[in-house]
Order: sequence, then C-alpha cells, then structure tokens
Amino acid sequence: MSTPIISFRDAVKVFPGTRRRPEVRAVDGVTLDIAEGEIFGVIGYSGAGKSTLVRLINALERTTSGSVVVGGRDLTGLSESQLREVRAGIGMIFQQFNLLSSRTVAGNVAYPLEVAKWPKDKREERVRELLEFVGISDKAGTYPAQLSGGQKQRVGIARALAANPRILLADEATSALDPETTREVLRLLQRVNRELGITVVIITHEMDVVRYCCDRVAVMEHGKVAETGDAYSIFSSPTAPITRRFVATSLRDRPSDETLARLRERHPGRLVVVGIDEVTGSTRAITQVFRDQGVEPAVVYGGITEVAGKPYGSLTFEIAGPDDAVAAAIARLRDVTAVDDLGTAAAPAVEPADTEPVETDGRSGPPRTRVIGAQDYGMLGARGARLAGPDPLIIEEDD
Amino acid sequence: MGFDWSTNGPLLWTAAGETLYMVLITLVAGGFVGLTIGLGLYLTRAGNLLANRIVFTVLNVLINLIRPVPFIIFLVALGPLTRLVTGRTIGIEAFTFAMCVMASVVFGRLVEQNLVSIDPGVIEAARAMGASPLRIVRTVIIPEALAPLILGYTFLFIGVLDMSAIGGYLGAGGLGDFAIVHGYQQYDWAVTFVVVVLIVIGVQLIQLLGNTLARRALRR
Ligand SMILES: Nc1ncnc2c1ncn2[C@@H]1O[C@H](COP(=O)(O)OP(=O)(O)OP(=O)(O)O)[C@@H](O)[C@H]1O
Ligand SMILES: [Mg+2]
Repeated sequence: MSTPIISFRDAVKVFPGTRRRPEVRAVDGVTLDIAEGEIFGVIGYSGAGKSTLVRLINALERTTSGSVVVGGRDLTGLSESQLREVRAGIGMIFQQFNLLSSRTVAGNVAYPLEVAKWPKDKREERVRELLEFVGISDKAGTYPAQLSGGQKQRVGIARALAANPRILLADEATSALDPETTREVLRLLQRVNRELGITVVIITHEMDVVRYCCDRVAVMEHGKVAETGDAYSIFSSPTAPITRRFVATSLRDRPSDETLARLRERHPGRLVVVGIDEVTGSTRAITQVFRDQGVEPAVVYGGITEVAGKPYGSLTFEIAGPDDAVAAAIARLRDVTAVDDLGTAAAPAVEPADTEPVETDGRSGPPRTRVIGAQDYGMLGARGARLAGPDPLIIEEDD
Repeated sequence: MGFDWSTNGPLLWTAAGETLYMVLITLVAGGFVGLTIGLGLYLTRAGNLLANRIVFTVLNVLINLIRPVPFIIFLVALGPLTRLVTGRTIGIEAFTFAMCVMASVVFGRLVEQNLVSIDPGVIEAARAMGASPLRIVRTVIIPEALAPLILGYTFLFIGVLDMSAIGGYLGAGGLGDFAIVHGYQQYDWAVTFVVVVLIVIGVQLIQLLGNTLARRALRR
C-alpha cells in the first residue's frame, strides 16, 4: 500500500461529561489506514463511534488525542480557517440527505462552489455536469421537498462532488432508503470511486452494504476497531465475535434453530452444511465427492451470494445412502471445504464445545477455510464450535 | 350618532400617522436588534455553531428580566435610560424608544424559538462543505427559517401595534390615545368604533401579507 490518504494514529475522541451525562469515549484509540482509491467500509452497531470517526476525517470534530492525517496533512493543530479549507476538499453525504430546503437542486449543488468562490458561469456549467453524472438533470429547478429519497441522495452526492474532492464520506447514506434504491445509490458510489478515482468511506450498520461494494472494511465496537480486513476475508474468516454477528445477519444461508427443527421433520436423514466459497464456488468438487461415494444428496436449504465479487455462502444437503458411504462422503467433503455435520433427526449431532480457545496464526492460501462460529447462526446453540478445512480450527466462545 | 368627520376626521388621520410612525420605527429597529439577539441566543447555545455559555447566559437573563414586565410599568422603569438616549422621558420619541427596547427583546425570543426548529443536519452539511459561521448564518440559517421568521415578524407587528395603544401615557398620541380621549372620555362610541375598525383592517391586511410571504418562502 502506498501512503494512505487517511491515517489515524491512536485517535481518541472524548465528549466531556456534564451534570446529566457521563463522559463518552466515542473513538477510543483508533489506528487505521485508508488507501487512496479504495472504497472503505466502517461497520458497527449504533453508538459504536462510526460517525464520530468519520467526522474526525473532515474535522467536524477534533481529536482529543492522537492524530489524523488526511492527504498528507496532519489535522491536529490546524486553525479553524485551515480546517475549513480541508473540509472543502472532502465531500460528505448523510443519512437524512441534509439538503437546503430553501434552494433548488441546482442551488444545493452550487453551494460548495459558492463557498469556494467559483465564478457564476463556471458554477452553472459544473452544476449541469454533476447533475448529468448522477442522472437527475431534469430536476435542476426542483426543490428538495418534491424529490424521492433516492433522488435526494443523488443531489447529496452531486453536491458532495462539486468542489472536486479526493475523498467522499458517506455516513449511513443508504439507511433511509429501500433496498432497490440502496443498490442504485451504492452503484453510483462505485462509479464515483472508479470513474473519478475518489476514495470513498462508507459508514453503515448493514453488512449487505459492505458485501455489495466495499474493498476493505473496519468493524467498530465501543469506539475501537475490532477487526480490519478486505471485505472477502471479513466474510470468509471473521475473527472478532462482533464481526461474526454481522456476517450472520447478512448471509441468511444457514438454517436457524427453528428452521433446522422444521427441516428435520421434512428431512429426517443426515443433514450437512457445506461451505461454498471461491474454490468450491462451482460446487463441482462437491458433486464429485457425492458421486464418488455413491450417495444421494438433496439440497434442502442454503444460499450462494457474492462477496466482493466472489461467490460465497453455504448449502445444506440431506445425504441419503449407506451409513459408511455417507460418513466417507462427509470426511472427503471436509478436505474440500468447510462442513458442518448436523446428524440425523434421530441422532442430531452436536459437536462438543471447546474448552479452550486456540489462537490461530495468520492463514495464507485460498480462503477455503472459514471460521464462523456456528453459535452465531443458532445452529448448535451456545455450545457450537466449528471445524473447518483440513486442519481443525477452533473458535473461541461467543460472549 | 355617527362619526363626526368634520371635527374628528383630521384628528383621526393625525393619530393614525403617529401610530404608523411609532410602529414602523419600532418594527425596523426592534426587528433588526431582535434578529441579532435571537441569532446570538441560537448560535451561542450549548452545542451550536458559536457555543458560548457566558454570552448565552447574559442574553438569556436579559430577555427573561425584561419580557415579563407589563409594558406600562416598563415605560416608567426605563425612564432614566430613555432620558439618556432621547433626552426626554415623554413624547413620541421617548415612547418609541421604549417600544423599540421591548420589541427587540420580544422578537429576539421569537427568532430564537423559530431557529431552534432548523434541522441541525443542514448546518452540519454546510460546515462540512467548508462554510464559515457568518456564511452559514446568511446562506443557511436565515433562508431555512425564513417562513417562520416572517410569521414571527407579522406577530411582532401586531404586538407593537398593541403596545402603541398606550402612547397617550407619555403624550405620544396615536390611535389609542385618540380613542380614549375623543371616544371613551367623550362617550362617543362612534370614535371608538372607527378606531377599532381601522385597526382590525390594518391587522388583517398585514396578517394576510405575512401569511402569503411565508407560504411563498416555504417551497413545498
Ligand atoms: N456531540 C456529542 N456529545 C456527546 N456525546 C456524543 C456526541 N456525539 C456522539 N456522542 C456519543 O458518542 C458515541 C458514539 O456516537 P456516534 O454517533 O459516533 O455513533 P455511531 O456509531 O455513528 O452510531 P449510529 O449508528 O447510531 O449513528 C455515542 O455514545 C454518542 O452518544
Ligand atoms: Mg452515526
């Protein structure tokens, strides 16, 4: 990675307490680098400090300690007017769009250009260009109150891009939108990233947003970064418990406790959850194992989706056949991908809980092993542990 | 008994002129100072753009001290300051000065209350675009709150008209004085009636104007 465009070093933001509320360490010692040209996701539950973290990037909040360097410029110690300069070079969009209701669409997009003192004719030309880019040229003279949510966010994006920023910050920019509109807006952000080369920082509490468009992601909890990684490895081998919870909410490919109970009624045979990833994405290897062992598989549950453009998910099979053939098939499957043996309705398998969490070293090679706590899916209750890949990998208990 | 236009007519127009004079000056001066006070209160409130406990507290206490005092008592209490500023304690100038002070305070509070309803997100967005506080006041805060500000100003007009009715106490004349001296004290109900009609029509017209402008400012 070349020099990061944004870098946090032990950044801390404390909101001092008052008589009514205690002090809040909203950002609590974050060290993080965001590379130029990437789409970086920041995910976390409400109150995790995501907004505060991005507000440090454009200095809407100042750090209490530590440093934030943006585009080579250390923001700590800059004067208010210098900070205004920095802000003008960073675009930001918001969950509630925050458009000026007293100005038309064109007037909103022109606002940052007025701040930057562009001459009027250049402003008009730039506004036209931007409205074209975000696809709402026909709304130039409309007031925001007459726009749909998706259109408003397009205006927000056009406005954020007006002064040619190198960075675009999106704070829950799609959280007020329906799924279809969310996709459109995310696609637009991808275009901003690819066609204009702008670094995009997306804050979200939805793993789907990360899955759909982030290159890398930081998972935040209690003001700290719990985990950072590229989007695929965050999904395929999340290590922090909170990350596993997020992954579980995004991919509903695994049967929950209740679903499993119903599945067992309909399919009393041997149930096995088979992980699908980059390597087994075609499922050909899996089919081959079944054929070799002469067992009859039936897909009873599951889903395959894309994470960072690569296949990802799981399929739950009911495997019919002689007991030893089924056992052999499962053993061979484990060589190919991650497998959860759920047993049969008569003899449900509950893999024993681990007594001790085992640290694993950094893994290399294709990400065919997955470290997803089964308990996160409610599959094996609180005792779940999951064996994955050729070498068993043991997961620490969730809290 | 009808309204005696030949004797009371000219008096009525003089009185109306005096009222207009007092009201207009108060609206301009009180409107300006009130807007400043209201903006000051809003901006210096904790968590806002220019948060400043001391300035906020001073303005807040000042308003809370003056506003509840009945105007007729306030007139007397303000006497020394009125003399300092206008050189006299009676007459239309002295009275108008007192109205300006009271109107500033009343309008200041009104403005503050209207500004509080502005979506803080919009101000945040302007800040994120690098706008200075002064620019934000000019291009975001006032335009965004324009409709309620117009309605507040309309309300101020009616309040000021109300205050001006007791101008007679300081010998400032005006419609109120005319209605009392030539109507009430002469048992001439026609005079009172004409004054009431005149005021009602004036208020209606202003209210209509205010509503229309506010609606136009709303952009919805
Ligand atoms: N201006 C402020 N003054 C005091 N506390 C604040 C302020 N802003 C944020 N906080 C507190 O800091 C913590 C983190 O807030 P933040 O808005 O960064 O969280 P978030 O992850 O963005 O949450 P959400 O998903 O709800 O937007 C919260 O406990 C919040 O109450
Ligand atoms: Mg937030």
